[in-house]
Amino acid sequence: MQLKKNIAISDTGFLFDPSTGDSFTLNPMGIEILGMIKEGKSQAEITSHITSMYDVVESAFERYFYDFISMLKHHQIIEGNGEN
Amino acid sequence: MQKLPFERPLVQKISAGLPSKFGIQGKLEPITHIDGIPVNSLIEEFGSPVFVISENTIRKTYKEAYRAFASRYPKVQFAWSYKTNYLNAVCSVFHQEGSWAEVVSGFEYDKAIAIGVEPGHIIFNGPDKTIEDLTKAISQGSLIHIDHFDELYDIIDLADRLEERPQVAIRVNMDTGIYPQWDRFGFNYENGEAWDALNRIMVNGNMDLVGLHTHIGTYMMSTDAYRIAATKLVDLAQGLMRKHKHAISYIDMGGGFASRNTLKGAYYPGSDTTPSFDDFAEAITSAFMKSELKPDDLPLLILETGRALIDDAGYLLGTVIANKRLADGRRSTIIDAGVNLLFTAFWYEHDIRPAKAVSDQTEDSTIYGPLCMNIDVIRGNVLFPLLKKGDHYVIKRIGAYNNTQWLQFITLRPNVVMIDTTGTPHIIRKAETLDSLNQHELTPGHLGQFNV
Repeated sequence: MQLKKNIAISDTGFLFDPSTGDSFTLNPMGIEILGMIKEGKSQAEITSHITSMYDVVESAFERYFYDFISMLKHHQIIEGNGEN
Repeated sequence: MQKLPFERPLVQKISAGLPSKFGIQGKLEPITHIDGIPVNSLIEEFGSPVFVISENTIRKTYKEAYRAFASRYPKVQFAWSYKTNYLNAVCSVFHQEGSWAEVVSGFEYDKAIAIGVEPGHIIFNGPDKTIEDLTKAISQGSLIHIDHFDELYDIIDLADRLEERPQVAIRVNMDTGIYPQWDRFGFNYENGEAWDALNRIMVNGNMDLVGLHTHIGTYMMSTDAYRIAATKLVDLAQGLMRKHKHAISYIDMGGGFASRNTLKGAYYPGSDTTPSFDDFAEAITSAFMKSELKPDDLPLLILETGRALIDDAGYLLGTVIANKRLADGRRSTIIDAGVNLLFTAFWYEHDIRPAKAVSDQTEDSTIYGPLCMNIDVIRGNVLFPLLKKGDHYVIKRIGAYNNTQWLQFITLRPNVVMIDTTGTPHIIRKAETLDSLNQHELTPGHLGQFNV
């Protein structure tokens, strides 16, 4: 799970992909998670951080995390590298 | 340490240019309370989903409608359209406000009688009145609106046999400039059939011709159609006076006023485009007042509008079951109320709101009901906030037709609650149980046992 190269993300959640010209918006939770993905954090680290800070249990977070990742893949913002 | 509230992470593509079919993005205000009662506590106490009807809103809407007509015309009478919502409590609120009853079947007629409506204040419409229904209505002096010649001859026959004088009106259909023209109810104006029916009644002499009625359409957005209809009925009334020296007691303009719901495919929301009661009243009463009707002998103006009087008072509350991704990346949200409960979802873009404050974030969504049926779509395309499993929602303006056209299909029908004018909720129709359905079923003895 790796962010595509050259993707620009602003502090306010504006994301630009120069390879396609597409722009996206992220909500604050999306910014935070994408930031951690960019830093190379693992899913376990991300889950641990979010569940300690926010009012969400691990099992509930997991499904929203996977949904978020699937949308990032759908928009070709992250490269799956063949991993599940 | 208090944890921060969690919102689902979201990424959305920005598309410049025209709005998509999901419409222009706008923040959805949550509906957290109904008549002062928190939505969460209503669901906790009465289950999910649950229909909630506001008595206050019914009375307020009725008064607004009555004022619109009564301030323009001296003799106004509303008749509550039972088919729109015939829950006893709902009918009783309208009757307390002064409405008569307008029924379209023997079942509805019996319901009105059982609720306690004076038979002379029941208007019996509809194409299907059995001999038994007509006998009851004639014997009790109810107002029978004749739909076709076969019915007229049944009544002529019954008047003779019962030695009673039926109180009758004819239903008239006509060209009011709208498409499609509703010509299936009653006798046509333009081809002379209506006049023919009136002549037969007058010549027969055994019936009291008390009124004229029309039902020009449903969800009418044009007030001018009512002006044209009123003009044509007044013309018939004047014809009766000229030819038979007979004055009718009332002209019944039927119902059909649009509510503020948005029809599917409409460009603007219904709340912006629907004519007000004042608009309808102006069109109808001005046609009466401009006619040659004598000011001292004006007929009573009866209105049977249902949808516009009850839609705003009804809410459907429920819970999100799940969120899914569709093949093209769109979100689908599954809620616990389907088209079996919300029949009007087939023709309205219902206004569905979260039951608590949410962020500005929304996502292109399709909202499905819980039925295992592809047609179970509550909203096809809507920008909807990020509700999670277990969150509550509120669907506005569902008071008309849902509690009469709902289906017992796949799931049972839930509680219907009315919040009274002091803010106290009452169950007015109990949730169905397996027993309540099974009590109507009979299984032949030879099917009683099996091994599976």
